[in-house]
Amino acid sequence: MSKKQKSFKNQKKVSSLFVNGVLIFICLIWIIPTLGVLVTSFRYSENIFQSGWWAAFPHRGYVETREINIDPSTDVNGPITIDGVTHSFDEWRNGITMPDGDRYTWYGNKRTLLVKVEERKWLGFETNLTLDNYKDTLTGKEISFTDGMGNTIVRKGNDLGGAFLNSIAVSIPATIIPIMIAAFAAYGFAWLNFPGRKLFFTIVVALLVVPLQIALVPILQDYTKLNLNGTFLAIWMAHTGFGLPLAIYLMFNYISTIPRELLESAFIDGASPFTIFTKLILPLSVPALASFAIFQFLWVWNDYLVALVFLGDKTRVVTSALAAIVGEKGQDWHLLTSGAFISMILPLIVFLALQRYFVRGMMAGSVKG
Amino acid sequence: MQNNPFKGIVRLFTSAIGRILVSIIVPLLTFLVLWQGFIFLRDTKVNQFLVVIVAIVWGVGGVMLLYYVTNWLIEKLPKEWRNRLQPFIFVGPALAILGWFLAIPTFRTLILSFQDQTSRVFVGIDNYIFALTDRIMLEAFRNNLLWMIFGTFFSVSLGLIIAVMADRSRFENLYKIIIFMPMAISFVGAGVIWKFIYTYRGEGAGIAEIGLLNAIVIVLGGTSQPWLQQPPWNNFFLIVIMVWLQTGYTMVILSSAIKGIPAELLEAARVDGSNELHIFFNIIIPTIKGTLITVSTTILIFSLKLFDIVRVMTGGNYGTNVIANEFYLQRFTYGNAGRASAIAIILLVAVVPVMIYNLRQFRERKAF
Repeated sequence: MSKKQKSFKNQKKVSSLFVNGVLIFICLIWIIPTLGVLVTSFRYSENIFQSGWWAAFPHRGYVETREINIDPSTDVNGPITIDGVTHSFDEWRNGITMPDGDRYTWYGNKRTLLVKVEERKWLGFETNLTLDNYKDTLTGKEISFTDGMGNTIVRKGNDLGGAFLNSIAVSIPATIIPIMIAAFAAYGFAWLNFPGRKLFFTIVVALLVVPLQIALVPILQDYTKLNLNGTFLAIWMAHTGFGLPLAIYLMFNYISTIPRELLESAFIDGASPFTIFTKLILPLSVPALASFAIFQFLWVWNDYLVALVFLGDKTRVVTSALAAIVGEKGQDWHLLTSGAFISMILPLIVFLALQRYFVRGMMAGSVKG
Repeated sequence: MQNNPFKGIVRLFTSAIGRILVSIIVPLLTFLVLWQGFIFLRDTKVNQFLVVIVAIVWGVGGVMLLYYVTNWLIEKLPKEWRNRLQPFIFVGPALAILGWFLAIPTFRTLILSFQDQTSRVFVGIDNYIFALTDRIMLEAFRNNLLWMIFGTFFSVSLGLIIAVMADRSRFENLYKIIIFMPMAISFVGAGVIWKFIYTYRGEGAGIAEIGLLNAIVIVLGGTSQPWLQQPPWNNFFLIVIMVWLQTGYTMVILSSAIKGIPAELLEAARVDGSNELHIFFNIIIPTIKGTLITVSTTILIFSLKLFDIVRVMTGGNYGTNVIANEFYLQRFTYGNAGRASAIAIILLVAVVPVMIYNLRQFRERKAF
């Protein structure tokens, strides 16, 4: 090996170390927020307020080991000497680190005459974990928990279990219906001839980036007249309408590239367009259908605005139920974190299992606004 | 008989009516059946699980039936009729829904935007005067501008850097999945995740900061802050959330564009002794310029319509309001349909250049 090649190889090694180091750092930043929520969702609410979630991991921390009772004859208003160290009451109250590394903290007011001693030790993983937070968020019944000050609090649960079911009832049809309608339409645009074909497809392309806010006010008027607000049908149709331009566009791109010879032989055999569509086109378009299905499913499941507007507060989906917890119980982190995780779990599974299809759909649809 | 002009006109007329029938009446009938069913479902109090299953079967089955029944009917018709109407079995329902939910509402919203809050009296351009000059709206415009500039810049440049770097690592896929994962999380969920990072408890004996950001600030010797309540900086703390959510998207798209750069091009540059920075700015960026523009446009439109994050994190308070949130407030909190419509029209006008660009691209592709 020549000298030049060797130095080139070393250089490559250094740059690979640098690249991986930077990427690992970025990935850590990306993961830590979610990790914090996951860890917190298993901790008791009083623990959540006593220490940050990172305290659940091994670290060096102070552990209370003993208490010292102060001689009642001590003048608490002057300097107080404990174990050879002298400080004022306020200083003791805030905690003093002693020469041997222990921390002494005066507990309560001047009359309690009690000092707690903490030693600095290595602490292992927090083992005091619970699944109760999940139970409490899932139920719609009354729940009770202990807050940061040690008080018992009774609240009404937010019924995330019911919201989860509602989300399924919204997402599955709101995924299948637009795909079905779009696949039919894409086939019509790609392979059938009819007046207005080009004009209609131009409209589809134009509608790709139209913000859905433009439709909310009139559609809500229609729904109110039809007494449709709060029904699943209302939100399916809304999601279908808002998802259709992209769905048609993607399906058209795919279906129009199916080789002409494949279809022509079927046409010659006298098959009707409907048979060709169901027997030939649909099976051939499975990859495109799957890509869009994942795309639409994640979009509908994670949607908040459309659900808020058309379903309202009576029928809550996971996003609106979680937003309601944020509004009503903004400091009850044990409920917020477990709720957030319940809302994330299904899309995360779908996403991780089928991400290849998702990426493909995303690439094809990068024109959507 | 074939040359009878009268018959030709009748045929044209009837087939046009037939097309309209297929496109509108059939979906309408399906809708009517589903509609009454769902009002019943909404008002009943049976087991929720059952309702969910019935709803799914009913909805999906109903739409499938629509296609089968119309096709069955049309195949019964004489051949000539059949050929004219058949395409509309396929595109009819889609056109009806697009018309009802997007195309026509655009014009209805335009009309509403010139009416007062009850949508009865015409008020001229009053709503637009509000939408373009009111202090609240100006603040929302400023914030949207911040989102569009900084949100887009950071998502795209971070995505580009990660894509270029991951291309040189053996663990490319692992890194990419991690960066990409937030794409599966809802904005509301992401809101909770980041609210926890920014949470603030204040000073007092025995109170520990449980928010990561404040804990880090304290370790570094600072004092904890209520980050989300300090304008204008709180906008940037919200923008961070969008960057966290969207970088995965830009990374994946840009990464595939980078992989499309011919390897010889990069090799040649390396043999010539160009350093990596030089290659990045003079070869990679010019080659993927088209993709960069597309990705940036997508994120720009996205930040223009941004709603959920602001709604969940601050509700638009503390100087963090954005246009889409003000739209929601006007319509659903203050009940002013006119002002809300004017805001929606402004959002639409803002995306018109992109729409024109898309249409032009489409025409150039000659897909038809």
